[in-house]
Amino acid sequence: MAGIEVTALHKRYPDGTVAVEHVDLSIGDGELFVMLGPSGCGKTTTLRAIAGLERQTTGDIRIGDTLVNDLPPAERDIAMVFQFYALYPHLRTRDNLAFPLRAEGLPKPEVEDRVAEAARLMRLGPLLDRRPNRLSGGEQQRVALARALVRRPRAFLMDEPLTNLDAELRADMRTEIKHLQGELGTTMVYVTHDQVEAMSLGHRIAILNKGRVEQIGTPLEVYDRPASLFCAAFIGSPPMNLIEVEVADGKLRSKGGLVLTPPPGLPRDRSLVAGVRPEALEVTEPGAEGSVPARVVSAEWLGDEIIYVVDYGGQRDVRVRMPLTVRFATDAPVGLRHTGGPPVVYDVNTEELVA
Amino acid sequence: MAVSVDEAVSTGPVRDRTPAARRFGGRGRSVLEIALLTVLAVVMLFPVLWMIETSIKENRDVYAIPAKFFDFTVTLDHFKDVFVASGGGRSTLSVAFLNSVVVAGVSTVLATVLGVPAAWAYSRFSVKAKKDQLFFILSTRFMPPVVVVIPIFLMYRQVGLIDTKLGLILIYAAFNVPFTIWMMKGFVDEVPAEYEDAAMLDGYTRLQAFWKFTLPLLVPGIAATAVFALIFSWNEFVFAIFLTSSDTVRTAPPAIAGLIGGTTVDWGLVAAASVVFALPVLVFAYLVRKHLIAGVTLGAVRR
Ligand SMILES: Nc1ncnc2c1ncn2[C@@H]1O[C@H](COP(=O)(O)OP(=O)(O)OP(=O)(O)O)[C@@H](O)[C@H]1O
Ligand SMILES: [Mg+2]
Repeated sequence: MAGIEVTALHKRYPDGTVAVEHVDLSIGDGELFVMLGPSGCGKTTTLRAIAGLERQTTGDIRIGDTLVNDLPPAERDIAMVFQFYALYPHLRTRDNLAFPLRAEGLPKPEVEDRVAEAARLMRLGPLLDRRPNRLSGGEQQRVALARALVRRPRAFLMDEPLTNLDAELRADMRTEIKHLQGELGTTMVYVTHDQVEAMSLGHRIAILNKGRVEQIGTPLEVYDRPASLFCAAFIGSPPMNLIEVEVADGKLRSKGGLVLTPPPGLPRDRSLVAGVRPEALEVTEPGAEGSVPARVVSAEWLGDEIIYVVDYGGQRDVRVRMPLTVRFATDAPVGLRHTGGPPVVYDVNTEELVA
Repeated sequence: MAVSVDEAVSTGPVRDRTPAARRFGGRGRSVLEIALLTVLAVVMLFPVLWMIETSIKENRDVYAIPAKFFDFTVTLDHFKDVFVASGGGRSTLSVAFLNSVVVAGVSTVLATVLGVPAAWAYSRFSVKAKKDQLFFILSTRFMPPVVVVIPIFLMYRQVGLIDTKLGLILIYAAFNVPFTIWMMKGFVDEVPAEYEDAAMLDGYTRLQAFWKFTLPLLVPGIAATAVFALIFSWNEFVFAIFLTSSDTVRTAPPAIAGLIGGTTVDWGLVAAASVVFALPVLVFAYLVRKHLIAGVTLGAVRR
């Protein structure tokens, strides 16, 4: 087992596409590290560079204490699970699992022991004699995971391994992966574009955008204080409301009269945007104390809560998370009030967090 | 050639499934259609039938006027003449057939051995100006053999490849490599690169990964491609007649053509030789027809 250090990674494909602009990552030994970002931001490229399947243009990659820049994938001692599971189609599950071990030249009894152990961990017993084309998507994914496990590599790399599964199975597998990683204590780099997956799995999350790291932090840090407007708009479902504000009389005021408590240390004379989580707002009866007049545009029932979309003043489509007990009709005149502590505030021009 | 593959695949099953009524639309159309198809079939098949008939007729029936369609004596003498020389021993035609087998076989193997890895490389690696290179490779097939045969003749004379089997093998392989690369690249594209990635992470080198994982999945495609290459080499006439002259080197097409000419033509022998020449290709294509179709529909590998 080992940590992974990625320093100033830059990858330009021969056709000129810059897939990774500049990425620094420091992944601890035994950490479950998630790389999160929209499609095309360079997640897969970064992962493949760590695996050795793609040679970076510049930058260094260390696994443990070894500089692996020039090592072929076979010598990096890592396992990767692909979005498309890449099980060998002509081999039964048993042989798919045994395969990497035989490649290493392990003695037969040990191969059998390890296969049996991986099969037990991933509950593959009844599937051992089937070929991949007779396995369901979820089963194939479990086999792919088991195949990554058997080798006891120094690190696991996972490239959106759950994308092809349906929602329920995905949640199950998520729990399973997290549990497994905790039990084995192996370093794992997990790539996803699904922020729910990232939040629920990761010890730490790196948010990537256009080939750069926007923020690295624990799920809580990333949720509470997104480091940039991009992160603010990416994390949370629904994400933060981004409301243009200005500082006046020691308060943050937005068009339409909504007043927010300002965080300390706000810079003067800059165009600012406040990031307000939907749960830090409240829809009230019209005219309630401290509220501004607003109008319900639509309501989304999520079972245990309702997301109201409201317009007020000049601001459109503000999302508010409310418990089921409070109901307002669409188009009804209501009030909108800020309830939480000071919001995070961004500079409009630099798009960075200022307070 | 690729077009003919598509047709070969689509007509079979479609014809089987379509009910007769729908296929012919109304009754009036069906009569017309059947009539047209019959005419077409006769026009297309008559020469073939006539060739087969001639090959089993005795010489006096071959030259009979009016022609005898049905009541002739069947003989296999012409087929015997194809293989056995008149004084006993092997005939020049049988030598030519053997040459054809060697030349077509070896050139096909050569084109496959060179073309498949090249197709893999073009499919998997980012090569500078890949499209231009592929276009250039294809462009070598734009010109018909007749156009290039003279310069090749001159070059071959310089290097002493005139009238050698090696010379024919090389030129056929050169013609089949571009075709193999193009056709095989399609098949390789269909095999997900992740198999090789996974194998490399499992401890194999890139080449081993190709050899152990991608290649087995390519077998149907290789079979289909090789059959086409084989048919091209087997049937090729222009290069063969220009670049070879002696009986020991000649392949079957020029050898059969050589039977025609002079004062008398032994049509029975020509026909028998042609039948023998046509058979292997038919048999071979029939044997690998499953692979041909599987090869063309390789897209079955789900992503
Ligand atoms: N082999 C390649 N050649 C050229 N450009 C490539 C290649 N692979 C990826 N790219 C480009 O590099 C950029 C980053 O790709 P990458 O696959 O790393 O994105 P990603 O973050 O994994 O996206 P997704 O979530 O869609 O998988 C994209 O713009 C993509 O088009
Ligand atoms: Mg990707």
